[in-house]
Amino acid sequence: MRAAGIALVIIIALALQTSLARFLTPGGGLVDLVFVAIVYIALSSGPTAGMMAGAIAGLSQDALAASGTLNVVVGAGSVSTQSIIGIGSLAKTVVGFFAGIVGSQFIVARPLPRALVFFTATVAHAIIFVGLYRVIDRGYTQATAGTILSQAGANALVGVLVFQIADFLPNFVDRRRSMGGRMRINRRLD
Amino acid sequence: MPVTDFRQRTAVLFVAVVLGHIILISAQVNSRSGVPLLEVVTFGAFAEVQRGAAGLTSGVRDAWNGYGDLRGVRAENEALRRQLGELQLQFQQERARAERARQLENLLGFRQELAVETIAAGVIGASASLDFRGITIDRGTNTGVTANMAVVAPTGLVGRIVTPTAHVSKVQLLIDQNAAAGALVERSRAQGIVVGTNLELLRMDFVAVTADVKAGDVIVTSGVDGIYPKGFIIGKVEQVDNGNGNHKNIRVRPSVEFNRLEEVLVVKPTPAQAAQAKERQ
Repeated sequence: MRAAGIALVIIIALALQTSLARFLTPGGGLVDLVFVAIVYIALSSGPTAGMMAGAIAGLSQDALAASGTLNVVVGAGSVSTQSIIGIGSLAKTVVGFFAGIVGSQFIVARPLPRALVFFTATVAHAIIFVGLYRVIDRGYTQATAGTILSQAGANALVGVLVFQIADFLPNFVDRRRSMGGRMRINRRLD
Repeated sequence: MPVTDFRQRTAVLFVAVVLGHIILISAQVNSRSGVPLLEVVTFGAFAEVQRGAAGLTSGVRDAWNGYGDLRGVRAENEALRRQLGELQLQFQQERARAERARQLENLLGFRQELAVETIAAGVIGASASLDFRGITIDRGTNTGVTANMAVVAPTGLVGRIVTPTAHVSKVQLLIDQNAAAGALVERSRAQGIVVGTNLELLRMDFVAVTADVKAGDVIVTSGVDGIYPKGFIIGKVEQVDNGNGNHKNIRVRPSVEFNRLEEVLVVKPTPAQAAQAKERQ
């Protein structure tokens, strides 16, 4: 996949995530289409592309979702929060890189191995993300195993679906072309 | 693979270095509203794409929904829904007024505090990342929206404006991990801070173990944070225990269904709040 193609996939995923994703799942906030796009790019184009896709898409997501700083003070104590640009992108860069290595070292061409990669990558991303927030001790990041696993399941499902569609599209175009060609030959023969 | 080609790699590395510099600069430079420059520029640029995408999706949805529908009925329904939302907001204000009147507050000062002006806005997008909870609304600085204005729904508090652009604004939801609001228990007036957790329940911190808090108690904004006006409903206490330290362990179920938000109201700050915000700057 060329750099322009990678950028296009990320932009489409971002646009879909912000406009359509909340309508796709009943509870909303379950499928991360940008993350699916990163793993898709990593599996189909290798570790460098996966890493760069993770960095660029992650930074875009972080910047778009960031909320600055907030200080609330009451008599008994205070809460100070800050959204940090770079933590999500770092997690996605690492996951994109390793997903790319998996894609280039192993045969990941069937739905089940692909689903496994998407599932594991989502869990790894959550562990890195929450771990980094815990290390720098900012915000109130909490994640339950249930939430992470359901997100991983949803991402795996959508990821496999995206691959199936991507695999089907070129075949579909080729079939249409060859069918058109055959019809033209038949007409000439007639 | 073209990306692994040497020249391509140099170009990619260049982009990475440039991005690194932008982040570094953004970490040090804040815009006039206090929001990092990178957030403002990225959000401003992408907001237009989001607006276009939202317009397209809503157009397709409207076309689909409108098929066979009576236009007049739909328009009337929408107007009634807006009216209902405004009436419910008024009801919340009245409720807060009654509660405070019971405590013999100064009626005149109280009225000035509660006479809030609002701007109606539609939700056009969600957060770009699942790790942060936010929405995008179709009102920006052109209609008087500024950073740190409170956003409410008929059922309760939604969040605050974090990044306004000319036509749209980013709203940080109360359930976001970086969100917080000054709050109090309506019944016992015990004060604390409600913080988001990215999960469905909020947490209320800094409430003394001696405070009178029970499951089912209504939590409202206390107004001490200078962002959220006093008296708006946040939610109800779902779990409460004495924890291990000096403070109670309280979980609050928000009164707003954040996944179903379609229309919200942006609350313009009262003169007292505006002065407070100026002081803080």
